[in-house]
Amino acid sequence: MNRSERILMGNEAIGRGLVENDCRIATSYPGTPASEILSSVADFAAETGASIHTEWSVNEKAAYEVALAASYTGKRAAVSMKQVGLNVAADPVTRSTYLGTKGGLVLIVADDPGPHSSQTEQDSRMFALFAKLPVLDPSSPREAKDMTGEAFRLSEKYELPVMLRPTTRVCHARQNVDCGDPERKEVRSRFERNIPRWVATPAFLPELHRRLNEKLDRIAEEEAFHPRLVSRGGDESRRAVAASGVVFAHAAEILEGGDFSGKTDLYQVRLPYPLNRKFIGDLRKRYKEVLVLEETDGVIEMQIGSDFVKGRSTGHVPRLGELTPEIVEKILREFLGVPGEAPSAGQGKGKRPSLCPGCGHRAAFFAIRETFPKGIFPSDIGCYTLGMNFGAVDTCHCMGACISQGAGFYHAFAQDGPGFPSIVVTIGDSTFFHAGIPPLINAVSQGARFIVVILDNGTTAMTGHQPTPALGIRSDGSRGAAVPIPELVRAAGVRFLRECDPYDVECMEGILKEADRYVRSAEGGVAVVIAKHPCIVGREARKGQPVYRMSVTEECIGCKACVEDFECGALVFDPDADRVRIDGTLCIGCAVCVHACPVGAITAEGEDR
Amino acid sequence: MKQQIVISGIGGQGVLFATRLIAEAAMEEGLPVLTSETHGMAMRGGTVISHVKAGPFQSPLIRPGQADAGLFLHGGNLELHRPFIREGGSLFVNRPGPAAGGGIDAARLAQDFGHPVIANLVLIGHAASRGALFCGADTLRAVLRRISPPERLDINRQGFEIGFGFEG
Repeated sequence: MNRSERILMGNEAIGRGLVENDCRIATSYPGTPASEILSSVADFAAETGASIHTEWSVNEKAAYEVALAASYTGKRAAVSMKQVGLNVAADPVTRSTYLGTKGGLVLIVADDPGPHSSQTEQDSRMFALFAKLPVLDPSSPREAKDMTGEAFRLSEKYELPVMLRPTTRVCHARQNVDCGDPERKEVRSRFERNIPRWVATPAFLPELHRRLNEKLDRIAEEEAFHPRLVSRGGDESRRAVAASGVVFAHAAEILEGGDFSGKTDLYQVRLPYPLNRKFIGDLRKRYKEVLVLEETDGVIEMQIGSDFVKGRSTGHVPRLGELTPEIVEKILREFLGVPGEAPSAGQGKGKRPSLCPGCGHRAAFFAIRETFPKGIFPSDIGCYTLGMNFGAVDTCHCMGACISQGAGFYHAFAQDGPGFPSIVVTIGDSTFFHAGIPPLINAVSQGARFIVVILDNGTTAMTGHQPTPALGIRSDGSRGAAVPIPELVRAAGVRFLRECDPYDVECMEGILKEADRYVRSAEGGVAVVIAKHPCIVGREARKGQPVYRMSVTEECIGCKACVEDFECGALVFDPDADRVRIDGTLCIGCAVCVHACPVGAITAEGEDR
Repeated sequence: MKQQIVISGIGGQGVLFATRLIAEAAMEEGLPVLTSETHGMAMRGGTVISHVKAGPFQSPLIRPGQADAGLFLHGGNLELHRPFIREGGSLFVNRPGPAAGGGIDAARLAQDFGHPVIANLVLIGHAASRGALFCGADTLRAVLRRISPPERLDINRQGFEIGFGFEG
């Protein structure tokens, strides 16, 4: 067997682990911090010649269902998503523990304590407990890779899906990791009709539930998942620390420090649920106090559930936020009575992110805000959430919510009389496919009146440019069937549909005014405008558009309207000159900003104009 | 050998490529390595930081006051990320003005060369020339040859050499 060492990101290590362990079907919907898992599976499959169906599914529910059915045929399957994606997949996941699986099924859910890039910092291990799903909690990229194989074997032994729950600091860490050849089992798909199991009407569920509980009891006795005693030192103090995930790695490194020597035993919990029964008993016998360190909620702590446990419930561990190493050091010093201070992190704010110079979304937001200065602007999840920086985004909730929010705002305001405000919803193309279609049908059928602007940049930009169904390109780069957005919009019953390039600000403003008239007309309803401009991060997109030479003339009065209302990184206010200048290293010459200067001091020159 | 390095900048400046270069250099020298990176929305021009830990470590994150070296591609991040650097640690900062206290106008040097995007390599080349990194310049050069996309290789190498030869 060929073995080689490579530096892999946690997500790549998981992808590699899936390929090496004969995963045959891998599905996902992109979301930080999980996005690189599926693309790594596709890349490593191509590299090793492994035959794997990989797909960027339309959303996490579909992704889970595709992988689940593949497992019914006896093949190994995996599905990856971020933690809030698990909310979307909750329905099929919760039932699948009752019905079980055949081929190994690994559900990879990347949590984001902090959060860094998410709308909640929910703990998916808590969801695993709720759904009765065993969950593994890796502390490093290397361990995450090893756990993919363990998860498949555990899943096959008990015919139960198994969750692998890395967090941001594992997903986006890199480490030197051993890589080997893929193991090939040559499994042929086979499906046996089993109505009590795969159809499982309520009559069959008590028996399935009883078996599920039995499986969990047996897993909780698995010797292989008895938490490991990693370092000793608590003989005298009769204190122990039990930690899981990357917090274990932080704690282990801190406890290597000389002033912690001889102070505590340290255990690593690799399977936080169901927690090993014997371990709970051992702790009770051996220690007078046990500190539990885990992210983000007290899953282990709750299962131990005794008064000698210190953690979130006792105020020893903060009840929210990421447990960074400096916080862990502080907790350990307090718990073990080790004097000294952990230096704290910097308190500055840092620079906030902003839409890229030349981004088509900025042009669309500018047109929307100029046309409807008093509008209400529900929006959604993607790069375009950054429209909040310049007052073009009023709400952001969860994938697809903006369209229903538009409807909710309309129905509430419409009760108060005919002069309802202009409601302009913005949603990205990938988000529209993911969760925008049922709410659009709902809004149309319930007679809501508002404008939906689909910001179509032809990709899933924020998570790394995964293709959307409109492109007809699959995760491995091969051709699929394209699903055009306009046809979906018309099929949802929308009677007003226009398309434009938002770079043409005047044209878009004209269409928005027309849309508003339609919304308020006797026959009006939901109006949809597709604002289409490719993401300019892609090199091809840049090649296809003219580049203007931009400058700011003497006419600039230093009012900063462009800097504040347009917020393009390439427009920089120079306090010494009391004027705005163009940062030539960032400007891509899109020329949209000429509209943003109230005195016409931004000019564009070039062959095309 | 054990060394902890923070690389601080804003999205789009090439912090991730710099991280990868140094991490691969560690492996080239036979050291275990752990890094931590910023991905997601912050990459759109917001503050980003990478941690690189070469040697026998377990956690991917550096504690405040423990980094041996700091590479700052954006001087504006000093207030936020300087506390990671230990007392006596070395500091290299991309900023305009005279080359004092680890300052180097890497952005200007890169732009004069005609490729503003290689400021990251100018800064690493400079840090390497001062012997501040766990690895020698030749290791970094070898890794750069291996990991640069073919069409970028010449530009990347020259960026590194501009920084390496900088006499500030």
